[in-house]
Amino acid sequence: MATVNVLIVVSLVYVAFLFAVAFIADRLAATGRSTWLRTPLVYTLSLSIYCTAWTFYGAVGYAARSGLEFVTIYLGPTLVMVGWWWGLRKLVRIGRSQRVTSIADLISSRYGKSNTLAIGVTVLAVLGVTPYIALQLQSITLSFSNFFEGQQVAHYNDTRMVLWVAAGLAIFAILFGTRNLDANERHHGVVTAVAVEAVVKLVALLAVGIFVVWGLAGGVGETLARIDESRIGTWQVDASRWAAITFLSAAAFVTLPRMFQVMVVENDDERHLRTAAWAFPLYMLLISLFVVPIAAVGLELMPEGANPDMFVLTLPLSQGREGLAMLSFLGGFSSATSMVIVAAMALSTMVSNHIVMPIWLSRRGGGASVSGDVRHLVLISRRIAIGVIMALGYFYFELSGGGAALATIGLVSFTGVAQILPALVGGLFWRGATRAGALAGLGTGFALWVYTLLLPGIGGGLVPESLLSQGLFGIGWLRPQALFGIEGLDPTVHAVMWSMALNTAAFCIVSLLSFPGPLERLQGAQFVNVFEHSAGPRGWTGSVAQSEDLMIMSQRIMGAGEAQDFFRREAQMQGVRGNLPEPTPAFLERLERKLAGSVGAATAHAMIGQIVGGSSVSVEDLLAVADESAQLLEYSSRLEAKSAELARTARKLQEANEKLTQISRQKDAFLSQISHELRTPMTSIRAFSEILRDTEGLSAEEKTRYAAIIHDETLRLTRLLNDLLDLSVLENGEVTLNMSTGALRDVLDRAVATALTGVERPLKVNRRRANEGIIVHSDLDRLAQVFINLISNAAKYCDAEKPELSISVHDLNGQVTVDFLDNGSGVPPEARAMVFEKFARVGSDQAGGAGLGLAICREIMHRLGGEVTYLSGQKGGAFRVTLTSAREKVAAQ
Amino acid sequence: MTGAGAGRGRSPAAPPPVFLERQSYRRRRLIDAARLLPILGATLFAIPLLWPRGQGEGVDPVPTSSASLYIFSVWAGLIVLSGLFGYLARGQERSDDGSSGGSSDGNGGGAGEPGDV
Repeated sequence: MATVNVLIVVSLVYVAFLFAVAFIADRLAATGRSTWLRTPLVYTLSLSIYCTAWTFYGAVGYAARSGLEFVTIYLGPTLVMVGWWWGLRKLVRIGRSQRVTSIADLISSRYGKSNTLAIGVTVLAVLGVTPYIALQLQSITLSFSNFFEGQQVAHYNDTRMVLWVAAGLAIFAILFGTRNLDANERHHGVVTAVAVEAVVKLVALLAVGIFVVWGLAGGVGETLARIDESRIGTWQVDASRWAAITFLSAAAFVTLPRMFQVMVVENDDERHLRTAAWAFPLYMLLISLFVVPIAAVGLELMPEGANPDMFVLTLPLSQGREGLAMLSFLGGFSSATSMVIVAAMALSTMVSNHIVMPIWLSRRGGGASVSGDVRHLVLISRRIAIGVIMALGYFYFELSGGGAALATIGLVSFTGVAQILPALVGGLFWRGATRAGALAGLGTGFALWVYTLLLPGIGGGLVPESLLSQGLFGIGWLRPQALFGIEGLDPTVHAVMWSMALNTAAFCIVSLLSFPGPLERLQGAQFVNVFEHSAGPRGWTGSVAQSEDLMIMSQRIMGAGEAQDFFRREAQMQGVRGNLPEPTPAFLERLERKLAGSVGAATAHAMIGQIVGGSSVSVEDLLAVADESAQLLEYSSRLEAKSAELARTARKLQEANEKLTQISRQKDAFLSQISHELRTPMTSIRAFSEILRDTEGLSAEEKTRYAAIIHDETLRLTRLLNDLLDLSVLENGEVTLNMSTGALRDVLDRAVATALTGVERPLKVNRRRANEGIIVHSDLDRLAQVFINLISNAAKYCDAEKPELSISVHDLNGQVTVDFLDNGSGVPPEARAMVFEKFARVGSDQAGGAGLGLAICREIMHRLGGEVTYLSGQKGGAFRVTLTSAREKVAAQ
Repeated sequence: MTGAGAGRGRSPAAPPPVFLERQSYRRRRLIDAARLLPILGATLFAIPLLWPRGQGEGVDPVPTSSASLYIFSVWAGLIVLSGLFGYLARGQERSDDGSSGGSSDGNGGGAGEPGDV
């Protein structure tokens, strides 16, 4: 017999192997070399998380109790897969076009991005799936203890075992499910690991089956004869159960959060469905092929009272096939782990997007332009959610004592999540389905499920015996297992029938009676006619939105680099200079989708809504909803586009005009300034030279002093003229560049030293020298000149009490950026457009200088093939110098 | 800009044609067949409901071996048919996507779907 240690070591090695697979797959996906990860085969295999430990161990137990009825669990999904032209294709298309992150997200998105619905679905899913997770924990524990039956094993304890298993699975799920916040919510590592586990469990079950049929029973004919002789030898399936469970499994196949995760969210390509349509039914057929033979032979060979749920494991063990038993153990282990990991991941996404984030947002109160990194918060909340869900599973296991037959728990779970089906199907196919209807249906179904199936199932201490036998408040027709006095039904059939029927009825009636809001109707049209609408819903008129606030918010969610990139691309698409695009509806909609990938549709909608100041539906969309004639629609949208275009052009003209006036004003000011600047030294030079010339008897000291004054004034004049000359040379492109290669660190060292000599107020300079080792190929003296200018500007103009300047260097794929951020009040927004213009000075002239410094900087950077820009969205003054690194330059040549 | 996109797909001046070319027609009927497949499957899987069960007088209950044989045969048949339809209809999604981009063969695919089926 295998010892405890061997078994534990094998499990740990297997888990380590899965870790490696998931890790490598994540790596490959990150580097873009993962084409084979996106094959239909991996997609099909990942669907196999439908087959959990319930399938692996429970199916045989189910068959040993009720014969062929077990097969209904697979017939339902088979029909759904085979009928993918009806529903799944649409579901996947919608999931991809709306960037749906979970089933709760889909439902909420369809019904006007309602968060109430999302919370409802999430709660239902958590309640429905928790028993299922408990079931997996139980099966792992059972399989362990079966191995040790008859052995004296010290320190072994079921409860402690379950605790360890739950903790281990939670860690795996956290490590691979919440490593990063992907905009598409895809987890290549986990999916690949699930696919590997799918192969393991199939091979294990087939191996046991082949051993039983050809090793124990002696061939196919023999086996069939043995089946017919056994206790389950004749067709005794209850007709109502056959139909109800087939329906139930079909419904659960679509609505289970983990199935939705692998089928819709993780789907890379819609065409994979075509392969999965036959390959996944084939997988299920193979999985269930040997179930009846194993059950029949097990019933015959195993002692009376042996648990049929464990035949897959105990049958090889009893025949002394240690290796086969080990394989079978790994198969069951695979089934349980993959289900638990994906389910925990899917549920945690729902909990964090629909419960934690909205609560957090509303508690912040002051709008979505918040401080702190939201991404971090999302990840943390997901991790905690996974832990909590696993803990719930563990407590359910403890509470229920782990005694009930596996199949019963599974069916309770299925019935729970199947309550989402009417809202889902109605949402996909019926434009008239409304939010109120969906809420009513879900609520009714949920209540009936709890009352007729969940509570009686838990039984024991939670529900008084009298409730079961006499009904609520002693009213006979409210008995949980015989509603309306209809007795004699199987409890599962009874619960499925009443909950689904009343759920659907409530959904339809309330939908018919209520009136949907504009956003709901719009989303309804988007969902139902997904194949015709290729564009997404357009819900924003953003004239009042502040791009800068949006930018600040997006940085918190997407990360600074990605957000700036996204905004810059959008700005380029609109043809706007700078980093902030115009808040057009199209841009807002794209931004919302992008955010939805991280925090869910409802939250993203709410966050943008807080900034834009309330969502609104454009005239065009309302016309689309009202199904007005296509001509009118096109005409009006063309008009609208034109008017938007006109407004934009007008705004641009206005901007240009303003700039011109400002420049002309500046030029006038400069002319008077320059004459003043020239006259002042000239006057003193003239005065002192006259003194020198005309005054008799000056002492040598006096002469020296006057000559020094004249010399100083001449220097000032020269400097001014040099600047002017420099600028004109740069502008005319006559400058010769002295290109050389050197480290950015040295240039910065030189610049800081030069700029800070002789400043009046001390300026603290913060640098991260480790980042500054980038080698650049440029005119290093000119570059230093730019840096000196920016640093001395900070020294001059920073109005903080203790002025500080942070210089940070980043290398973004060959684009080197050097940011100069100070802690002053920065350049006022109205002056930002002008700071790089010649003669521009912010405020009154308090620090001297002719306002040429930044203009020279801009020209120099232009010549060097880079740029210097003002960074909006920072606290103080912020300038960014962008240049290409030496590596890129070499590559470009 | 959406006006231009929507306008090209369903311009009010040209309603979808009444007759399709033979190839598109065949392809649509193929999709119809694929859509009927789950209904066929459900019907065949419902047949066991009619079998006698338990100990009736004079009626032999169906042995589990025959029942398994029937169910697994139907199952395998569905898988084969589903694979076959998937194989034959493999160009279909592309022309569906074509309704948003440029559709290759005129108005095949989804452009005129509601009126035609």
